[in-house]
Amino acid sequence: MTEYSTINSRAPKIDAPDKSTGKAKFINDLNMENQLYGALLQSPLAHAKILRIDTSRAEALPGVKAVITAADAGNIKYGVSPARYDETLFCIDKVRYIGDEIAAVAAVDLETAEKAASLIDVEYEELPALLSIEDATREGAPLIHDEYPRNICADVHQEFGNVEAALAECDVIRTDTFTSKMQNCAFIEPQGCIADYDHRGYLTLYTSTQVPHYTQRTVAMVLNMPVGKVRVMKPYVGGGFGAKASASAMEMAACLLSKKSGKPVKMNFIREQVFLHSRSRHKFIHTMTTGVKKDGTIVALKHHCTLEGGAYSSFGIATIYYAGSLLGGPYKLQHMKYDAQRIYTNKPACGAQRGHGGVIARAAWEQQLDAIAEELGMDPIELRLKNMMNNGDTSCNELYMSSFGMRECIEAVRNQSGWQKKKDALPRGKGVGMACGFFVSGSGFPIYRSETFHCTASVKLTEDGGVAHLFTASADIGQGSDTTFAMITAEALGIPLHAVKVSSGDTDFGVDLGAYSSRQTLMTGFAVKQAAEDAKRKVIEVIADELRISEKEIDVKNGKIVFKNAGIDISGIRSKYRKEHRGWHSLPKGNQLSFIEAARIAFLERGTIIGQGEYRPRFLGGTYKGAAVGTSPAYGCSAQVVELSVDMETGKITIDRMTDAHDCGFAINKTSVEGQMQGSLLMGVGEALFEEVKFDNKGRILNPNFSEYKIPTALDMPNITPVIVESNEPYGPYGAKEVGEGAIMPTIPAILNALYDATGIRFTELPLTPERVYKAIKQKILETESGNSEK
Amino acid sequence: MKKLISVTVNEKRYELAVDSNMTLVDMLREELKLTGTKKGCELGECGACTVLMDGKPVSSCLLLAIEADNREIVTIEGLETEKGLHPIQQAFVEKGAIQCGFCTPGMILSAKALLENNPNPDEHEIRKAISGNLCRCTGYQKIVEAIQSVSSDK
Ligand code: FES
Ligand code: FES
Repeated sequence: MTEYSTINSRAPKIDAPDKSTGKAKFINDLNMENQLYGALLQSPLAHAKILRIDTSRAEALPGVKAVITAADAGNIKYGVSPARYDETLFCIDKVRYIGDEIAAVAAVDLETAEKAASLIDVEYEELPALLSIEDATREGAPLIHDEYPRNICADVHQEFGNVEAALAECDVIRTDTFTSKMQNCAFIEPQGCIADYDHRGYLTLYTSTQVPHYTQRTVAMVLNMPVGKVRVMKPYVGGGFGAKASASAMEMAACLLSKKSGKPVKMNFIREQVFLHSRSRHKFIHTMTTGVKKDGTIVALKHHCTLEGGAYSSFGIATIYYAGSLLGGPYKLQHMKYDAQRIYTNKPACGAQRGHGGVIARAAWEQQLDAIAEELGMDPIELRLKNMMNNGDTSCNELYMSSFGMRECIEAVRNQSGWQKKKDALPRGKGVGMACGFFVSGSGFPIYRSETFHCTASVKLTEDGGVAHLFTASADIGQGSDTTFAMITAEALGIPLHAVKVSSGDTDFGVDLGAYSSRQTLMTGFAVKQAAEDAKRKVIEVIADELRISEKEIDVKNGKIVFKNAGIDISGIRSKYRKEHRGWHSLPKGNQLSFIEAARIAFLERGTIIGQGEYRPRFLGGTYKGAAVGTSPAYGCSAQVVELSVDMETGKITIDRMTDAHDCGFAINKTSVEGQMQGSLLMGVGEALFEEVKFDNKGRILNPNFSEYKIPTALDMPNITPVIVESNEPYGPYGAKEVGEGAIMPTIPAILNALYDATGIRFTELPLTPERVYKAIKQKILETESGNSEK
Repeated sequence: MKKLISVTVNEKRYELAVDSNMTLVDMLREELKLTGTKKGCELGECGACTVLMDGKPVSSCLLLAIEADNREIVTIEGLETEKGLHPIQQAFVEKGAIQCGFCTPGMILSAKALLENNPNPDEHEIRKAISGNLCRCTGYQKIVEAIQSVSSDK
């Protein structure tokens, strides 16, 4: 085994001290001289024509500096995927959900801006609000977007193998339908931004984003500016989970207001606006028919899905594909058919949320597999072990498993949870369940069609040789990527972690597609490693020249230059270095040359030493329509066992214990990997047990706050036993791949399966609120009683 | 309407003229530039704005600045000393209890209040004490472990 000095450890996060003291600045902590405050006017109606907008009263209010509407913003369409650009910065002729942006105001203070926004007169002609899939697809329903007949935003049909023929050969066939509800990412930091348009026409946008690069491109496109004149920087970001992974109307409004007023403009969402902006998990309705052989071999899956998308596409075109393609793994499955539709409704737009597209599909299928195992009289773990893919397998939809520690994950949770003792042995009201997960490690393609590098990185050695400064445009949103990349830089250069400085999250530092699709560790990490190695090579070249030895004889370890052969005379280099530092203390001593000395000499010889790296995935398989969604350079997998108790009198579920194993390829930072697992499980628990964005019959959100949209508190979470599995991914830096999203995959189905074990009831609708669970228990009791009395 | 108040924040006394409807969190963030106290909901639901008032954790978004008149406030900026990070801060750093860090200031202050009243809390007591502080990133476990590690009877 390779010995590492920095990676594969539990190094504390480099930004944690500043975050622990309040020194770390988040977007709302930043202020600029002479800044104005912006406010949005958002639609109070779910669906209406705009007949007239009159801003005169707003403009006349003292303190107002700029008022903008579609008349200023124009009609350039944007969105996430160019295949579905269906938004304009401000509504032009109609509003499509409560919260749709109509206008924005900049004023000397927030109160004035909000007052002015409320003084904008808009005359509407109300249209029927389509608030459900049924409403929106009903014959004769009005169109939310004229271009999309029957309100179908996307329609997907894929077939791999021959499902009907394969099903005809199966011994057990089972069909189930499963429904979830609209979610909210519910990070604790609401979105905010400051836009600053300067006199030369350069725009800087500070924003709480996961994706500086995509935001830069969207802002440039919508404001019709050269990309190079738009700089997007993120300060510390208080979580994202998907909803901050695209440019928002607020960000662009701030930019336009700054352009118009000539002043920096600060804007922030309040919590309710976080819910209105949404871009979180869709509502999914899955119907799955799975066919297996008597021996448990999974043969075919016929899958239908309807997604309720809300008023705009956002990430939806990717979501709809992910909801199908991610069932290609982790089991060997030769026949898979997927038909799906994403439907527009007059609600906030849904987008991506941790485990993008795959979470509910996974929940539905893993529960169904459990039911099938029962029908076959097989242990559900045996069923999964029998079918899982291995290293080097390719799925029916052409996903290639370059590393795959599925067996290790399953065995780890089986052993560590005490599965064998507990399965079918717990008393009524207590249950144990398991499930597996599968996820991409970075999207194989950028969201816009391009040959672009997915990331570039550079490592600049300071002229004194003492610090390696990494520049990357990647986004640390709390997951700890800055620390991961600092660790990779230190390891690859052979220097201690404290000698690495990281500057990130800024489009001026290069290209990086950002924090989404669990891509950064593998992709950015790859580029960072390459950049650090490049810088190291440049230093070694100079030293080899100076000493007249071969570069191959020189390496760097723990901040020291090491030579393959003994007896290398370093005194020339050392005296050169010492001469430059007369009067300095703590000069290098001993008989080993330090990296600092070497890097200084390299600077004297060559000028600034900059190492560069970049990453672009190799060609990834799949030429069928939609193949771009689901292909990834590598795949993570996971397994989980959940134990829970149900109060049979109230229906309340308590999660008692969770054992989770995840194959992250290789843990650069073990604490961070566990943190991602534990955080993912929390989101899964919330989604399984209580989270649901609710609407009234006008399309208003009933619970845009944390008292009624309940996310797990410390009391709702059990202790989790995290097990890190390392399968050594050949395409990842040091073997690393994803953990950030894949870890959520098994949580909901493991809960569902444990709930079945506890109650004997298969639940097909989320969330598992006490009310829903209690009703089902009561129903079951009634059925059993009437069954008994009939006998 | 402005009102004059006298408030001690992190052991420093301030005489301030504040609007009578200004919240305590805005006073700390805007008047005193102590932006370590965060705003996640402004409805008293997330705990990001937690500060200590006379030693008790309170949601500073629910209090008016004038309610802090003659009171003693401790914010996250008041914990570090010349000797370095407060042991709870240090534990949060070392145990990986901080991801995005947005909940951290409030979380640490809730932990401080707990440990001052109950130096040896059990796991449930810790979970209860921080149950008003929402964290969407960590799953709470490493936060609980960090607090456990500084309790006097580890
Ligand atoms: S901001 Fe005060 S509790 Fe959320
Ligand atoms: S660390 Fe992000 S909310 Fe707690």
